[in-house]
This record gives sequence, C-alpha cells and structure tokens, in this order.
Amino acid sequence: MTHLLPLALKSAWNRRYTLGLTLIAIALSVTLLLGIERVRQDARDSFAQAVSGTDLVVGARSSPLQLLLYAVFRIGEASNNLGWDSAQALATHPAVAWTIPLSLGDSHRGFPVLGTTSAYFEHFRYGDKQPLKLAQGQPFVGLFDVVIGAEVAQRLGYGLGEKITLAHGMSEHSVEHGDKPFNVVGILARTGTPVDRTLHIGLEALEAIHLDWQGGAPIPGFAIPPELVTKFNLTPKSVTAVLVGLNTRAGVFAMQRYVANYRDEPLMAVLPGVALSQLWEMMAIAERALIAISALVVVVSFAGLVAVVLAGLGERRRELAILRANGARPRDLFTLLALEGGAVTLAGALAGVLLLTLLTFALGPWLEAHYGLLLKLALPSLEELRLLGLVIVVGTLASLLPGYRAYRLSLADGLTPRV
Amino acid sequence: MSTPVLSLANLIFRWPGQAEACLDIADFQVAADEQVFIHGESGSGKSSLLNLIAGVLTPQQGSIAALGQPLSALSAAARDRFRVDHIGLIFQQFNLIPYLSVLDNVLLPCRFSERRSQRAGDARQAAATLLQHLDLDAALWQRPATQLSVGQQQRVAAARALIGRPEIIIADEPTSALDAARQTAFLDLLRRECAAANAALLFVSHDLRLAEGFGRRVEMGDINRRAGT
Repeated sequence: MTHLLPLALKSAWNRRYTLGLTLIAIALSVTLLLGIERVRQDARDSFAQAVSGTDLVVGARSSPLQLLLYAVFRIGEASNNLGWDSAQALATHPAVAWTIPLSLGDSHRGFPVLGTTSAYFEHFRYGDKQPLKLAQGQPFVGLFDVVIGAEVAQRLGYGLGEKITLAHGMSEHSVEHGDKPFNVVGILARTGTPVDRTLHIGLEALEAIHLDWQGGAPIPGFAIPPELVTKFNLTPKSVTAVLVGLNTRAGVFAMQRYVANYRDEPLMAVLPGVALSQLWEMMAIAERALIAISALVVVVSFAGLVAVVLAGLGERRRELAILRANGARPRDLFTLLALEGGAVTLAGALAGVLLLTLLTFALGPWLEAHYGLLLKLALPSLEELRLLGLVIVVGTLASLLPGYRAYRLSLADGLTPRV
Repeated sequence: MSTPVLSLANLIFRWPGQAEACLDIADFQVAADEQVFIHGESGSGKSSLLNLIAGVLTPQQGSIAALGQPLSALSAAARDRFRVDHIGLIFQQFNLIPYLSVLDNVLLPCRFSERRSQRAGDARQAAATLLQHLDLDAALWQRPATQLSVGQQQRVAAARALIGRPEIIIADEPTSALDAARQTAFLDLLRRECAAANAALLFVSHDLRLAEGFGRRVEMGDINRRAGT
C-alpha cells in the first residue's frame, strides 16, 4: 500500500480540478453538518448559562416556556403581567430569600429595556452562579439612570454619561419617549447571556415615562415634564415576571403550589430547568431534522465524489492496463482508486473543519449580536469528532465503489483495453 | 541451447461465451536471447496470445511455461507478480501514465517488483543509462510523459520494459504510430538493447517490412491452427 500512495496522490493531483470541486462540495457539507451540531450545542449551552440560582420564575398563568423565553431570554411574545400586589406578597413570603421583579416592553434601538430593582444587581446569577459585575460606573440610583449590558455599550459605542431615549415597544421604529432622556451610569461586564443585550432601568422610571401615555401612545395635548414626575405615585401597577430565590431549595415545590393556588389572580411558578428541558424536547425534533438534512447533503457530496471518480475511470482504462502490465495486481488497482477517494474524503473533511473554524471566527460576533448565540472557538467536541469520523468512514466506503469498478475493469481488459 | 524462455504446448484458448476457440497452438518455443518476429493480421489471435503469455488470460487446455515455470501452477496474483518480475511489455501507443514524469514511468516496474528493482541496482541510475542509450535527452526526464512526441514516448516505454533486465520483452506493434524512418531507428535501438540485456524479444506486427534483421520469423497462421476462422 505504501508504494501505491504516491501513485494515488499523483493521480489525484492530475485530476485536481474535478476532484477539487468534489473536495469543496465535501468540505461545505462537512461544514454544514458540524456547524449545525455546534450551533445546537452552543445554543443549549448559552441557554443553560443564562439563568442560575433562580429557583422559580413567577408570572401570570400561561405557557411556562413562553414565560421563561420572554422573561429570561427576551425571545418570543410578551406574556400577561402580574399585579404588583402579588409581587409584593411573594417578596414577603417567609420561604422566600429574595425576589427580582422584571418588567419588559420598551426598547432602545432594538435592544430590550428591562425595568427592575436594585435587587437585580444583588441577587441575579448566571453561568455557574456568577454574580453580575459592573465594568464601569454603578447601579442606577437616580430616576432616569440606566445601566447597560456589555453588548449594548460595544455595539452602540456608549460610555458613561451618554444621554439616551427609550422607544415604546420592541420595534426599532416605535414612538420614542423623547421627552425623558436617560443617563448611562453603569456598564455591566460581559456575561455571554441576554443580560449583555439589555438596558436596565428602575421600575419607577418605567412608570414615569408612561405617566402621560395611554393605550400605547402619548395622550395628545398632555405632557408631564421629567422634573415633575416625582410628584406622582411611581409605584408600578404590574410587572412581567418575578424571579424568586428561596431560603432552601427543598421548599421549591411547596412554593410552586402556593403560587399556583394564589387567590387574587391566576399565577404560575416555573422551574427554569424544567422549562428548559421542555424546550430541548421541542427543539430535538427540529434538531434531528436539521442533522438528517445535513447528513443527506454529506451523502449527496459523496455521491458526487463517486460519480466523478467513476466517470474518470472510463478514460483511465488505458492507464489501468499500463499499471497492470507493469505489475499492478487488480487488487492494487482497487486500492489505488479507493485511496484516491479516501484521500479526497479526508482532505474534504479537514477543509470542512477549517472552514467552520474560520466561519465561527468571522461570524461569531454577528451571531452573538443578532441572536445572542455565543459560538465558542474551540477544538471539535466529542460529538463533532464522532460525526467527523462517521463522515470519513462513509466517504471511504463510498470510495470502495470506484475501486471495485477498477478491479472489474482490469480483470476484463487485461493488457489490451477496448476503449 | 538452454531451456526455452517460453514454451507453449497443445494450447487451446477460447474467449468466455464463445463456442469457437481463437487460439490452437500445438507447439511454440522461444529460446533465451532469441529475437522473434511474429507476423499476423488483426484477428489472427495476436493479442490473445500476448495476454496468455503475460498470464492475464489462462488457456482452457494445454500449458504455457515461462522460464521453466508453468503459469497454470500460479495463482492470478502470483502470475501478476511473475509478469512484472520477468516480462517487459511495450504496446502500440499510449504506453505511459500521463501524470507521471518520464523517469517515474521508467521506474514503474521497480515500484511493483522487488526483483526488477534489485536487478536494476541503483534504479534511478539504471533508468538514466537506459534513457541515454535510447537517445532521450536528460532535459526531458522530469517532464510529464504527455509532453513528449509519440516516438519519444515509445522509447520511454522501451526503457521501462528493459529496466531491471527482465528475461522476456514483448512488443505489440510498438512502431505502428511512427513514420517509416523512425520505425527502423526504433527497431534498431530496441533490438540492440534487448541483446545487451540478454533478453528474448517477441516482436508482434502486421507489417512484414519490419521483419528484416530478426533472427526468426513466425507466421501466426503457421502456429495457430485456428487462424482466420
């Protein structure tokens, strides 16, 4: 076999243009397959990283998944609010260690605005129970103070002291709360979670900018200037959700029942882990479909490889006869052709890994900015290696086909091919 | 005279699926160092005979022995090996692997045959000597085979057949793609080199004008009782 390898490589090099195109097809299909696997894995990781240490997410009764996606990941449709009284009742419950009220709905240039309290900076945890850290400045103190996430600061080029206005609703073309500008007082350190894309203000501030609004629009001819808003009662009437931390985790189901049976309004409490695994179950179908499609693409690219090598064989019958006349056994010719296909497969697979790495490097920041998806620039995972190994095995098996054809041809033709 | 390098006896060969035998040879022998011109029109069974001698085809009856070794006693793989060890082949045209250099083409048998490689000694040196003898300029050696003229390609094929001094050289119409003047020149070179290497030469052609200078001339019709049928 060692004496055949240089021959196989030279032969492949001789047909480098057709084989090169096939190699590109294989590389692209491998990139697709591994890319989907990597996105799948990293999406799960970044979801799992987003919230930690929160025992329950409480909101108005609806779909648990919808509540979690909206409140924690700022994805999907707004859920109903729960009353401020209920939030207060939760906060004062003896089993509860802390609560973080969350109020969503406004935005700033496409980034969501979160109304919350100082408890957020104190109790919110992400990743492996890591607390939020301020890269610059301080948490909000004044009414019109805003603390922005790392991605917001970087993408919009904001520093401390920047004056910004918020827009009503999540669309980039919404009506602005132009009369009440906010002052950037803090910038959070990067977390790799939705926090990076969020602007944080006080619940009272959220109340204040909506004082002169009704039904999602400013009340015509009625405006309350910012210096006067403190004259009004700025206690919020409702919030989107409340993150709850318990004194002991053991109390979580009792607390869940308490919330479910809450008398004043229909509420529910969601265990983030349970809702997430519900999400994975739903995603698994789509994921499997994606993996299956990309596996099909890989198979198609190998069909291309086999077709190219087989088509070339017709013109190479003379070459096979010459090799045969000079001592190549039919099984040597089999090996020669199989090696050629194997070499293209291997090169294609490696090129695919390289391409994926380059794409991750080039598109990673964009994906993170637009989809909050943190793609890790890392060595291939075990699962990726398994897929890669499978690709190489399938490619090598596919290459046996032209090898077998060459074997048959050389037996039939002998030294005098009938071309 | 020692044992014949080639000895065919009571040989009958029929292509698979055909009722009529295409070769029926009672007795045919070639002595060592002999240079034989085999004359036959197309359809006279020439290529079948060559494939049989080379061990690619096997006869239904009778025996072929090369260098005293009955080919029928060898497995297919062993026959492949025997062929490259002891027989150098030159075809009509397109003898060379297009993606290999001239030198690599000449060295091809040494890649597959331990014996040829050993007998050649320093294989590259042996190839260089042969190429020089066959009037191929050193400037051409690293070129891809396809850049050479047809005449040059045939001389490269001859060098490849001769490297590692196999006992038998079989040439199947090697000059048919050459013009008359070059035909004679090529034949002279080939005969000279075969003699120098002590190799028996089986030269097959339909062109009787080339027979001049061969020690022995054989008509396919004389040895093959089924010729022309």
